[in-house]
Parts: sequence; structure tokens; C-alpha cells
Amino acid sequence: MDYLIYLTIQSGIFIILAVSLNLINGICGQFSLGHAGFWAVGAYVGAAYSVFFALPVPDFVNLLIGCGLGFSAAAIAGLAIGVPCLRLRGDYLAIATLGFGEIIRIIIMNMDSVGGPRGFTGIPAWSNFFWVYLFVAITIIFVVNLLRGTHGRAIISIREDEIAAESMGIYTFKYKVLAFVIGAGFAGVAGVLFAHTTQFIHPNSFNFMWSVIILLMIILGGLGSVTGSVVGAIILSLLPEVLRFFGETVSEWRMVIYSVLLICLMLWRPSGIFGKHELDIKKLFGMKKGDA
Amino acid sequence: MSEEMAYFISDFFTYLLNGIAQGSIYALIALGYTMVYGIIKLINFAHGEFYMIGAFTGYYLIINGVPLYIALPAAMLGSGLIAVIVERLVYRPIRYAGRIPALITALGTSLFFQYLGQGTVGADPKAFPTAFENTTYQVGDVFISKIQIVIFVVTMTLMAGLWFVVNHTKLGKAMRATSFNMNAAELMGINTNFIISFTFFIGSALAGAAGVLVGMYYNTVEPMMGLIPGLKAFIAAVLGGIGIIPGAVLGGLTLGIAENMVVGFWISTYRDAVAFAILIIILLVKPAGLLGKNRKEKV
Repeated sequence: MDYLIYLTIQSGIFIILAVSLNLINGICGQFSLGHAGFWAVGAYVGAAYSVFFALPVPDFVNLLIGCGLGFSAAAIAGLAIGVPCLRLRGDYLAIATLGFGEIIRIIIMNMDSVGGPRGFTGIPAWSNFFWVYLFVAITIIFVVNLLRGTHGRAIISIREDEIAAESMGIYTFKYKVLAFVIGAGFAGVAGVLFAHTTQFIHPNSFNFMWSVIILLMIILGGLGSVTGSVVGAIILSLLPEVLRFFGETVSEWRMVIYSVLLICLMLWRPSGIFGKHELDIKKLFGMKKGDA
Repeated sequence: MSEEMAYFISDFFTYLLNGIAQGSIYALIALGYTMVYGIIKLINFAHGEFYMIGAFTGYYLIINGVPLYIALPAAMLGSGLIAVIVERLVYRPIRYAGRIPALITALGTSLFFQYLGQGTVGADPKAFPTAFENTTYQVGDVFISKIQIVIFVVTMTLMAGLWFVVNHTKLGKAMRATSFNMNAAELMGINTNFIISFTFFIGSALAGAAGVLVGMYYNTVEPMMGLIPGLKAFIAAVLGGIGIIPGAVLGGLTLGIAENMVVGFWISTYRDAVAFAILIIILLVKPAGLLGKNRKEKV
């Protein structure tokens, strides 16, 4: 039972990460491969707050303060990285963000006060099912509402055609940075929740491979659709665990199976597992709301 | 000349030599990246894994008593053939599906080989057998080891060979034509599919050679060894100007030397950050790379 709850919490954290990366990659169309870096910033800032500076208030207040700090720290990191990087496009942007993500990890690795290569231990377990899913809800509602407003439309227009958007008077650079900063901020919140769930964080748990896995989640669900990233995050965070139940051999080879599944997905359904059906699910949700 | 100055100079030359040795390995891997990118505009993230496969082929051959001068070409052949198979099965069907699916497929292939390696040979690092007696020579105050000399000689030979193939053979001309404009090359009767397979073969064979050399230089091989050198070689390719063959060599050497200088004179724990810092600076200052030409994007 504990294991199931742990898995649910873990997929909740990945939902936040996937939805926030989707804002950058899928909705704004800026290909970022450094999401794990912002996740790490949030995790370390939140953990450092609760270990060194926690105020004498109830735990959940401290957790909320930690989340706020994690959000701001990751958003500031996003601003510092986004302003120079977002002048680049396509493949080059992907590599530059990858580089920044790795630099963040290496800097943390060299910070002795937060454990460096030993990892950061002794983080209080303040986070639980309720707080994680509260923030999942906040993230999803925030992103969905953002998309419905003026700013969201501007962000979508950058994905559709940057040059056309610019000629319609949209200050594309500002909106790209905005999407990047908000996405980074929510990744920071996911980091704070992650640190307070596992109680131990290590710089290597935020390496390049995690950026890739979060990216795979949103691509699996379908780039640009919020429900798609939720489904993608749930599937990809549970799949390695589900494969464990198929016996010893399957469990040993689960990462191989997992990568073959990804290649097959790309070969046969590059638009994500739901493809066009994804849109139908969205409409279904929209109709339910309209009926009520 | 003061004593400190003398120390500084001998240190400097030692780091320079180490840098050149490491840089030529980066350059060998970067060549494959740059050739594949030049021809099908794909960042082949699995390239680091071809390097790992080469290293393991070399490891198993040398451990079974095969001499180095046979093991090295065999390792090149092995990783080259696997790259051709991967290209045929995975990259060819996805070639026209767009940039992002291709990039994801490459990442998936990379993961596949890393974990396949862990599943078959085990995740623990293995000690690479010594193929020959490694002696260290002293020139003045500078030390140079035999393995470093072997690395220089092998890389230089391979690069000269590559240069000859690309610039002075019919196949090389076809490669350059395909890279310049694939459709036009096809209209001129070039079998572009074959040329792409051949490019993959050459690039991965070079990476395989680099794998064997690294195995001898650092004495260990492990399934995850391709990840970081793969990324760094990619950075070297971008630094020199991706798609440009001499650029990969220049980028690889620059990166290797810069890394060893920082490690030697400054802080060793920032070794990996140097490469990424260089990458970001070059992308911001001159995204086309040191030897690249700036191309304006047309609407």
C-alpha cells in the first residue's frame, strides 16, 4: 500500500514536470532539454530552506514557503538561462538548454554546504499525497487558464509561426521568456515536493536523462496538449514499475523494453500515443463542463 | 628563468599533451556526429553508444589474445556495422518525419544500447587489458606516454584516411553532393540511401576506434561510458561548426586542451562544466561554429 501511495505521489510530481515542460516545448514550441536543471534548483532551494532556515511554524506552512522559494529560484534561473538561450532556435536551443541543465547539476555537485557529491540528507518528509496533488491541480489550472487568455494565445502563435506572430505585433521574445520562466518555476515546485517526499536528493538524480524522460512524457501524450502530458507522465512513471511485475527476466530488461517501446512509438505514431484522439478527450472534458 | 616559471612551463606542456590526446579522441567521435548531421540533419544521440560498442568489441578481442593491430580494425568494423543496421531499421523510416521525432528516436536508441549493454555485460566497469607495455618517455621536464603517442598516430592516420576518402574518391564526392543537396544528388543518379548508410558506417567506425583508444588510455570500459564523451564530442562538433569535417577536428582539439588546462590549473571538479560553458558561449557568440558560415533564415 505504501508502495502504491509512493508511486502515485511520484507520478503526481512527474505530472507537474510534464505539464510545465509542455508549456515550453509543446505550447510555445521552444525545444528545451534542460528541465531537470530547474527541477534540481527547486529541490535544492526547497531542501536548503527546510533544513537550514525553517521557521517555527506548522510544517505545511513551511512546505508552502519552500514551494514559493523553489518556484522563485527556479523561475529566476529560468530567466537567467532563457534570456540568452531563447535567441537560438530548434536544435541549437535544445543543446544550449541541455548544457545549462548539466552546468546547474555540476555546480550543485561542487557546493559542499548542500552535500555536493554526497547528496543532501535529512530533509523533513513534509510533502504527502494531498500537497502533491494540490500543486498538480494548481499547475494544470494555471496552464489551462493561461492558454485561454491573451498571453496564452500569443504563446501559441509563436509555436504556429514565429515570423507571422511577430508581424502581427506580438513581442515574441517576451512571450518566449514568459513561457520559459513559468515552466521553470513549476518545475521548481515539483523539485521542492520531490525533495520532501524522498527526503534525500543527489545531483545525479537530476541528470540529462531525466530531462529526456520528461520530454518523452509530453511527446508520448502529444506535444501541446495538457491532458496528453498528464497521461504521458502517468504512463511513463508507472511503466518501469509495471514491468517489474512481469517476472524477473522482464524486470531486468525493463529499461531496454522501455526504450524499444519509445522507438516503436516514434516509428508508428510520432504525434503521441493518442494522436488525434487526444483532441477528442479534450472536447469531452469541455462538453462536460458546458453541460453542468 | 625562475623556478616557478619552469614548473609552470613543464606543467603547461604536460597538460597540453594530455589535452591533445583527449582532444583527438573527442575529434574522432565528433567527426561521426558532424558527418551524420551534415548529411541528414540529425543529432545522432546514439553516436556515443557506437563508441561504447567499439570499446567493448576491442575489449573482448584483446582479452582473447587478439593483437591490437587486428582488434582495432575489427572494433571499427563492429561498431560501423551496428550503426548501419540501426540506420536501416530505425533512422531511415523516420527520416522525413521531422526534426523532433528523429531526435527522440536517437535518444531512444541511445537508451536502448546503454541498457542492453548493462543487461548483457553487466553495469560494472571492466579493466581494459594492456595491449602493449606502456612506457613513459621524458622530454626535458615533460612526460609523454607511449599510449599517447599511439593515440596521436592512430587518430592522424584515420583522419588522413577520412580526408582522402571524402576529397579524393568518387564515393567522397557523392557524400559531399548528398550533404549539399540530397534531392539534386538523387537526380544525378547518386544512390543517396547507400551514401547515408556509408556515412553512418564511416562515422561510427571512427567512434569505435576512439572507443578502443579510450579503453587503453583510461583502462576501463563500461556500458554507460558513451554518454558524457558523446555529449562532449557533440559539443566539439558544434564548436567547430556542425556539418564541417575540419571543424570537428578543430573543435575536438580545442575542447580537449581547454578542458585539461582548466582541470590542471584551476579546479578539477568543473571538468564537465567547461565543455558546456564553451558550448553556450559559442552558441551565443557564433552559433554557426568556429569555421561555420552564417546563414540567414529565409521566410
